[in-house]
Amino acid sequence: MTVKDGYAVEMRDVVKRFGDIYAVDHVTIDIRDGEFFSMLGPSGCGKTTSLRLIAGFEYPTGGEIYLNGTPIGGTPPFQRNVNTVFQSYALFPHMNVTENVAFGLEMKKVLKVEIGTRVDQALEMVRLSGYGERRPRQLSGGQQQRVALARALVNRPDVLLLDEPLGALDLKLRKEMQIELKRLQERVGITFIFVTHDQEEALTMSDRIAVMSEGKVLQVGTPTEIYERPNCRFVADFIGESNFIRGRVSAVGANDVAITTSDGLTLHGQLVQPLRVGDEAYVSVRPEKARLSVQPPGAGAANMFPVAVDRVAYIGSDTRIMVQLGQDRLFNVWEQNARSTVDRDAYWQRGEQGYLWWPIENALVLTE
Amino acid sequence: MAIESISARRRRENGLLRLLRRSDAARLWSLLFPGLFWLTVFFALPLVVILLYSFLTPGPTGDVIWRFTLDNYWTLFTKDLYVNAYLRSLWIGVVTTVICLLIGYPLALYIVQRSPRWRNLLLFLVLIPFWTNFLVRTYAWMIILSNTGVINSVLQALGLARQTLLNTTGAVLAGLIYGELPFMVLPIYASLDRFDFTLLEAASDLGADRARAFLRVMLPLTMPGVAAGSVLVFIPTVGQFVVSDLLGGAKVDMLGNLLQRLFTRSNPPNWPLGSAMALIFMLVLTVAVLFYFRVTTEEDR
Repeated sequence: MTVKDGYAVEMRDVVKRFGDIYAVDHVTIDIRDGEFFSMLGPSGCGKTTSLRLIAGFEYPTGGEIYLNGTPIGGTPPFQRNVNTVFQSYALFPHMNVTENVAFGLEMKKVLKVEIGTRVDQALEMVRLSGYGERRPRQLSGGQQQRVALARALVNRPDVLLLDEPLGALDLKLRKEMQIELKRLQERVGITFIFVTHDQEEALTMSDRIAVMSEGKVLQVGTPTEIYERPNCRFVADFIGESNFIRGRVSAVGANDVAITTSDGLTLHGQLVQPLRVGDEAYVSVRPEKARLSVQPPGAGAANMFPVAVDRVAYIGSDTRIMVQLGQDRLFNVWEQNARSTVDRDAYWQRGEQGYLWWPIENALVLTE
Repeated sequence: MAIESISARRRRENGLLRLLRRSDAARLWSLLFPGLFWLTVFFALPLVVILLYSFLTPGPTGDVIWRFTLDNYWTLFTKDLYVNAYLRSLWIGVVTTVICLLIGYPLALYIVQRSPRWRNLLLFLVLIPFWTNFLVRTYAWMIILSNTGVINSVLQALGLARQTLLNTTGAVLAGLIYGELPFMVLPIYASLDRFDFTLLEAASDLGADRARAFLRVMLPLTMPGVAAGSVLVFIPTVGQFVVSDLLGGAKVDMLGNLLQRLFTRSNPPNWPLGSAMALIFMLVLTVAVLFYFRVTTEEDR
């Protein structure tokens, strides 16, 4: 992670409107030079439109975009030192691999000898040396994607934009490409802006993530920050899994807050943002952060409830237990199978009684 | 109705059906026969006849004397009347094709980028000339271009001099371009419809301005449409005789006019010369089209 000083891309209060729809709704983001930055969110959240605004395929309706400090709002794509890897790869079918990769360099009127060297280097970097004569239709999906990557990187852009590039690949290839892309980015040192709807992908590869929904940026942070400290229910829900217990604020302390549910349970959690008594909020507890014990735990567990096991799913590496909490509420607990045993009694069974508990730090109180 | 057994039915078959059932070759030939028959009678045979006639001598009363001669071909290559007609026909063919291309490509591009509803309407409008009779269309042009026609009436009303628009090469061109334009637009439209416009974004992303994106990406990939459209315009245009007759009068003599005259109107008709003319014409066209296709379409290896 060689993040340098200065911002590669800044979006200041950017708005993009299509008719009545705000595809990008007052977005402000700073992307640091040399970082692997992801924009994550469900379909239609504005991440692809934001990428296209940075690339120049769309122009902002409002706000300004800066590249290395220079505003580029109205500049056409062919004048920006930014390159894109398209979701469909968009390789030129009437040219072979070498011609495809050389295209950008030809546009810049680079000398022919230099083009040859740089194309060879680019192909070697994506491990496609020797494929120069092939046509795109003779390549597999993974190979096409690497050509698209080489074609973009050979131009040494300031920023590389990737629009869900791994979407069309099968799972195994996807995982391999994730590692390769990350390694490539570290080797080349260029800022990568990566758009995806796959949160696991974003968590694995990024230095920082921007979570978006409906045109707005909800949270920007490192993968750890996003996962452990989501600032709202949407982010906590979109990233990983979480239990959400809805209720009303009954007491507010310095750092923690008490929530009372409609069926009379009282839970305690960490404050994330200012709340008042009576506000509606959710207690968010991730399944791996909660515990299930046969004996009630000692003092220090502010949240403890007697529960009955409703369902158990054995995943191999962990066990996923669903317990009934209060009336008609199912709560997920994930336990790692740290011990290697086939003894049935070591694992939770349906119908068993236990105590569900978690420390306050493991619960966050969030609003929508 | 009695149900008969398979063997009973077979006994009732005649020899032909039995042959068809058993022989693959027989089945193949029976399928090919109608097409081959048509081609032979209406294409191959006439071609042979024309070839034959082109080497014969014309008689004084329009008949044909069976004496071998190369005079016909000699006349065609030396007499001004004929050489000029060839050159003029080729020239008009090329100009019509080029202008149709310059109008047709942007038009097809415009249509392809509209919403589906508008697209259907626009395509329909492009095809309207086909709904009207060809002769009626051409007469309409005469009305527009004549000395007392629409254009000249407007010019007179504005106080400008009258222009002689009819019976010029320009008039013939106008009539031809108008009639042939749909043939250029439709193949190019089909090509553009299959074109992936994301490729233009990629080209732009890689540093190509609009002109270079067009020349390096869009044009090469729509070349099949351009080639098809060009051939569909060029061939009929070169062989034209109605439009050149009505809109060009005696001033614009094209191949077609001469051919028509040699076969029907002249006194006496000269079939051998006409045959030679037709053959040369076909040869030139074939060569031109083959060359064009080689040059413009991609070899798919």
